[in-house]
Amino acid sequence: MCGIVGVYLKTKKFEKDLGKILSEMLNNMESRGPDSAGFALYKTENEKNYKYSICINKLNFDDFRKEIIKKVKKPTINQFSDHVILITSDEPKKVIKVINSEFTNISLVGYGRSIEIFKQVGNPKDVVKKFKLETFSGSHGIGHTRMATESAITTDGSHPYSTGEDECLVHNGSLSNHNNLRRELKKQGNIFNSENDTEVAAGYVSNSLSNNKSLKDTLISGLKDLDGFYTFITGTRKGFAVVRDEIACKPAVIAETDDYVSIASEFQAMAHLPSVNSAKIFEPEPGIVYSWGN
Amino acid sequence: MELDLKKLKLRSINETLQNLDRKKNERDFKIINPEGSHALCAGLTQDMNINIKGHVGYYCGGMNQKANITIEGNAGTGVAENMMSGKVHVKGNASQSAGATAHGGMLIIDGDASSRCGISMKGIDIVVKGSVGHMSGFMSQSGNLIVCGDAGEALGDSLYETNIYIKGKVKSLGADCVEKKMDKNHIKKLKKYLKEANIKNLKAENFKRYGSARKLYNFKIDNLSSY
Repeated sequence: MCGIVGVYLKTKKFEKDLGKILSEMLNNMESRGPDSAGFALYKTENEKNYKYSICINKLNFDDFRKEIIKKVKKPTINQFSDHVILITSDEPKKVIKVINSEFTNISLVGYGRSIEIFKQVGNPKDVVKKFKLETFSGSHGIGHTRMATESAITTDGSHPYSTGEDECLVHNGSLSNHNNLRRELKKQGNIFNSENDTEVAAGYVSNSLSNNKSLKDTLISGLKDLDGFYTFITGTRKGFAVVRDEIACKPAVIAETDDYVSIASEFQAMAHLPSVNSAKIFEPEPGIVYSWGN
Repeated sequence: MELDLKKLKLRSINETLQNLDRKKNERDFKIINPEGSHALCAGLTQDMNINIKGHVGYYCGGMNQKANITIEGNAGTGVAENMMSGKVHVKGNASQSAGATAHGGMLIIDGDASSRCGISMKGIDIVVKGSVGHMSGFMSQSGNLIVCGDAGEALGDSLYETNIYIKGKVKSLGADCVEKKMDKNHIKKLKKYLKEANIKNLKAENFKRYGSARKLYNFKIDNLSSY
């Protein structure tokens, strides 16, 4: 069991409240996933720079800072507990290499022009609090509370998974063909950092998007290629999509108003949303891809 | 009596309703701010009327006996699961496995019910005014499943003696589920259920009945060589 949540704002009305909305949703999904939590938010696109979300784990922030300023071009570094957001004009290829070769025991959890990702082991309420999610604004975001089933309770095993620029995915369920699919995707040059099944789904989406398929078409072909139980929420810089496998054992409820679309594993995660009682509330049908934005 | 889930804990509300003092005449309850709570009004055993203002989570009215529960909103997974008697009325939509394994009573859903509606039902009567999702009536044993809209894939898969009545289209029938003749008795019974659910615009004669072909009941001796 896991809890997944997502909000896509159709208007600017709640942009300042996005973090607050998401944090309450995650707090309410604690019962579905008490061992780890994470979230990804999309903020205004930064045309000149890239943002790198890095988990520095136990590495001292000042030590990290001292080292990284020598290695990347004019970085701005913001600390959020054991995560940092590194902003620089340096290309992902270079920065990924620096992080992997110059440091030990730190991990890049995501990067892009707009995305910021935070994830960590621990009770969702504590995770949300330590990253100060309430203070974040943005256009859309997704989150996850984890009850680990098939891989270890670690930061790398937490969701969201980001395997491409400004991409992320959260998953409630389990995949049965992830080992085969991982091998195939590795052959095509994709890199995986964990043994987790969800990372393979995220890699599958990234691989397809990099071949110029739309998010919607990617998820439609995913229905055929991904074997197992799932409700996925995926985010891209300008888009947001939801899909459930055809058996549809894993729950999902969508609430849509003129201002936002929200999705959660259970309605109770959305009970506090503004004017939710007058929202159009429905369950996504099995095997149908629902998407908003591009 | 009004019970507010913003002020009272779910457990205390359920305990109040489960341990009603029969000497007192309090039989009408209104529950406000349910906010998707799970297992609300589960395990009630006495006559009472409950009106829930809003959406509920999983297993609302589960194991119900005698109580008459109205949900003015949507219901999550397993509404009225294992109900023994009484009535549960969902005014919105119901999620998967509505009325699962229920032995008796009546479940009315004004909207749609998603997959596995009436799974393994054992005597409950379910009336869905909208449509039902895939695998509805799966392994259902007795009772009546009445659907005024359409049914999804694999309707009535591996069912026993439940009567399924569908007004709209059936996407596909499950294993051993076949269309059966509607005789006068079936029409008479169906009319009774439609009346109980306050459905006036549909004629019982326009429904189709589905049931078990009873081919999975016994081991077929012709298959002996497979073992």
